[in-house]
Amino acid sequence: MSRGLRRESRVDERGRLHQIRPNLEKRELVYQNTRLFFKEKGFMEVETPVLTPELIPESEIMPFRADGYFLATSPEIYMKRLLAAGYQRIFQISHVFRKKERGRYHNPEFTLLEWYRAGGNYRDMLNDTGELVLSLALNIAGSAKITYQGEAIDLSLPWAEFSLPELFQEVAGWDPSLSYDALRFDDDLALKAIPALPKDKPSVLIDYPAPAALLAHLKNDNPALAERAEVFIGQIEIANAYSELTNPEEQRRRFLEEITRMGGGVALPQKFIDSLSYLPASGGIALGMDRLVMLFCDAATIDEVIAFPLGNI
Amino acid sequence: MDVGEVKKNTKVLIRGVPHNVESVDFVKPGKGRAIYRMKLRNLFDGSLADITYHSGDELEGTEVTPQEMQYLYSDEGSYIFMNTETFEQQAVGKDILGDKANFLKEGMMVQTTMFEDRAIDITLPIFVELKVVQTEVALKTATAAPQGKSAILETGYTVEVPSFVREGDVIKIDTRSGAYVERVETGK
Repeated sequence: MSRGLRRESRVDERGRLHQIRPNLEKRELVYQNTRLFFKEKGFMEVETPVLTPELIPESEIMPFRADGYFLATSPEIYMKRLLAAGYQRIFQISHVFRKKERGRYHNPEFTLLEWYRAGGNYRDMLNDTGELVLSLALNIAGSAKITYQGEAIDLSLPWAEFSLPELFQEVAGWDPSLSYDALRFDDDLALKAIPALPKDKPSVLIDYPAPAALLAHLKNDNPALAERAEVFIGQIEIANAYSELTNPEEQRRRFLEEITRMGGGVALPQKFIDSLSYLPASGGIALGMDRLVMLFCDAATIDEVIAFPLGNI
Repeated sequence: MDVGEVKKNTKVLIRGVPHNVESVDFVKPGKGRAIYRMKLRNLFDGSLADITYHSGDELEGTEVTPQEMQYLYSDEGSYIFMNTETFEQQAVGKDILGDKANFLKEGMMVQTTMFEDRAIDITLPIFVELKVVQTEVALKTATAAPQGKSAILETGYTVEVPSFVREGDVIKIDTRSGAYVERVETGK
């Protein structure tokens, strides 16, 4: 590369960082307000390892390997080990890493906000999410109404709620809780169900088929469904909530099935499974911070809210 | 190549036909399979196709190469270009050239895009100079306000020009917008 070219790309980076500075300032505000929100609710902020010897085996999440260890794909394993040790209300803002995930809404390194409530369930997590997002909107945007990419979104509570099996029957013509087909489920969720959600208000998709909820508690009155829910704002997936599975044998069995699906060669996260014996009934949720910041910045791509995204989209 | 490596402007072969990747929309629910929704342009006929791929899919990459060629003439919807070193000739269809045909002047050098040994597209210079073959004589008026009029150029292309432009003048055209830029030579 010539000296002139190198100089030009450096100027480009400076220009880009200057341009997105208002977004990064807003990002900082989102973090500050999020920490205040949880502090006021009596949550403790925790930190767990990014470099980890064990992972949850998930067939559609590819980890980066690091010299015999992994980069964490989520802090879930450690958050639940804290719950199992008696921590009651905990939250964490952590960097997580997922290979080959790159696009308008994806960077391989991204930021998850996870929080857990001992004694809680997925409904409690959804309530927290509604309150958090609304309070962020009021504190940062000064209104419950925001505009994202030309669409007005009203973040006021309550949010619209859709039963996943009912929505699937309506837009895809089948009920995945009766006969599950993973490939068909993933395609229809992404290409039919999510595009059918309202754009002008947040929506909650609730009660996923049991096979689509590896770590969730099954519904007591219908074990074909799991207590899993997802939050979408402007049809963008923002958060995923579970009533947590607390049975170690059941968890181990589900992991082994998943490992078979993956073609083997993946270790069980044994310390995590062992800790479930002490895990109280709990609710947990993971929320994509970058995407939440995108909404408040009206940013078209995740690159506009990250100082140094990896490569180009 | 793995579908994850395909980016905008990657060239791929689909059933032997080269396609340009116009856009990749990466869709992946957190727990679900990655979906790549691509817009692909067929480089033979210019048509657009939407194709959905999934994680793990393999695509066949391909290359196209630039080659400078001279435009010779048009013949029944085909435009004939010649490699001035090998004298080999290539025909490119009118439907592929689209508006670019408006700016092709015989003898002009252009960049062609070659797939294997076939020219499949051309890239015009940003500015071309073309002679005005027909335009009205402007009426002399007292006002200095700029008034436009239309002019037909030697390629048959019609463009808005300022009133002072006359037949025989050579004018510069921006091929990106098709608009008049300036007069470069006064005719007669």
